[in-house]
Amino acid sequence: MSGYSADPRIRWTEWLPWVAAIAFFFLFPGYLSLGARILIFILFALSLDLILGYAGIITLGHSAFFGLGAYTAGILSTKLGINDPFLQLGAAAAMAAALGVATGAVILRTRALTLLMLTLAITAILLEIANKATDLTGGADGLSGVQVSPILGLFRFDLYGKTAFFYCLVTLFLGWWVVRRIIYSPYGAMLTGIRENTARMHAIGAPVYWRLVLIYTISATMAGIAGALLTQVNQFVGLNVLGLEPSGDVLVMLILGGVGRLYGAFVGPVVYLIAQDYLAKQYPEYWYFGIGLLLIVVVLFARGGILGLTDKCLLLWKRESSAKASAR
Amino acid sequence: MSSALETRKLCKSFGALTVADNIDFRLEPGARHALIGPNGAGKTTFVNMLMGALAPSSGQILLGGEEVTRAPQSARVQRGLGRTFQITTLFRSLPVLDNVALAVAERSGLATRLWRPASSHREIIEESQGLLAELGLAGDAAARVADLPYGKQRLVEIAIALGLRPRVLLLDEPAAGVPSTESERILQVLDRLPADIAILIIEHDMDLVFRFARRITVLVQGTVLVEGPPEEIARDPRVHQVYLGEQHG
Repeated sequence: MSGYSADPRIRWTEWLPWVAAIAFFFLFPGYLSLGARILIFILFALSLDLILGYAGIITLGHSAFFGLGAYTAGILSTKLGINDPFLQLGAAAAMAAALGVATGAVILRTRALTLLMLTLAITAILLEIANKATDLTGGADGLSGVQVSPILGLFRFDLYGKTAFFYCLVTLFLGWWVVRRIIYSPYGAMLTGIRENTARMHAIGAPVYWRLVLIYTISATMAGIAGALLTQVNQFVGLNVLGLEPSGDVLVMLILGGVGRLYGAFVGPVVYLIAQDYLAKQYPEYWYFGIGLLLIVVVLFARGGILGLTDKCLLLWKRESSAKASAR
Repeated sequence: MSSALETRKLCKSFGALTVADNIDFRLEPGARHALIGPNGAGKTTFVNMLMGALAPSSGQILLGGEEVTRAPQSARVQRGLGRTFQITTLFRSLPVLDNVALAVAERSGLATRLWRPASSHREIIEESQGLLAELGLAGDAAARVADLPYGKQRLVEIAIALGLRPRVLLLDEPAAGVPSTESERILQVLDRLPADIAILIIEHDMDLVFRFARRITVLVQGTVLVEGPPEEIARDPRVHQVYLGEQHG
């Protein structure tokens, strides 16, 4: 819960993801590239939660920003020879922000299904551009051989992905910190107001449209950074970062974890990507079936995602134990 | 002295259907004015045009002497126009305190702050608590609106509107749907509203109208049938025919 009645102090449970990430680093040194991928998608899901979970903007086009960020980093390195990781991140963020404000200003005047279709159209257009502009993007072959120079001139990207993992972890931590500040701020409370009752927000004098454009741009920026991280870690960027599929993936991840609860964006990608990794190895042809099944189970039996289910169980357990205590 | 709110030849039609027909209306500063009329008279359409939720087909709307006919809702609210809704329009899953605080934050220009936690903005919270206390809702500040009895939800509507410190307040059936045992509480609140706020109340409950209003406008089929002090309206045969006749035999 955010807002004026919420305690903004960080609870001990909120440190668990970070402890878990560091434990993962030491316990599973062979899975660090999967780990980095999870961290990147958490950042991507977090950016989606900001607009979907808090402001109530539904979108199937969030990959537009993720993909633009990814290609920006890739093109900077392979075409312009700019390999500084922070320059690449900064450029990706700026490009995604520009696209966010430009498209947001147009589409956020619409709502519901119209909005959904427009977001989808934008990422579909970008996908087609990336497919056709082969000189710049490599088309269907993508851009390989993306270079990233050592971070701060000190930490070289190593073969085992140790540097990449920590680089992504630190970036995610900063992203989480920003998102958390925003959702506990008056702006975050105001966004919840728009989601809860737009007519009332208009009636108390909020220029709803401009407020949505700003948060959409912030979210787009974060998604662009996540996309650039993916290019840097993979040293490759291809068409699979644009279009419906990555948008749908990140949406499914967020729904799995729980929408509008900040940590749903952490739980969802962990479950989704580990399940995908496991299922793809066991059943290389049918792994999407497993993901689909997982989603159906969550949507049918755990509205509010895995975290929603956890909350319910905790509540039941508390009631149970307090009932026992009063029975005694 | 300029009026608090004024319309000049305000018209609205949906295709062939005219729901507002040359409405000339004046709300004086500090007024206690009621707008009555049978169902379908165009009262809600009129309020929606005043607020900017609906664009008029022609005519003018002036707020504090300045034309706002084409101004968006947010600009009108910033110039001191507040409203409550006929059907409660609240942030149902949020605490009562937050419902009011969102309005106070908008009015004080603090709603766009992105960094400091909302709950550390003492000025917003204290003002909101003060408003809740005035309306007898101090004990409900932490409750979710959805968990409140309906009568109290109506009071939250009023608290939100007061959080905007309006100069003109439009009350759209403030006691609608409230059991009579609780509507007395709402009347007490209305009686105690600051005298300098110009209030336009849209209401079906004639007891409430005659007790509260010092001036009444009767709207029928999108036109002003008659306007005057309550005694005159109560005596007017035309009003009896179209409206009061249904209730007072």
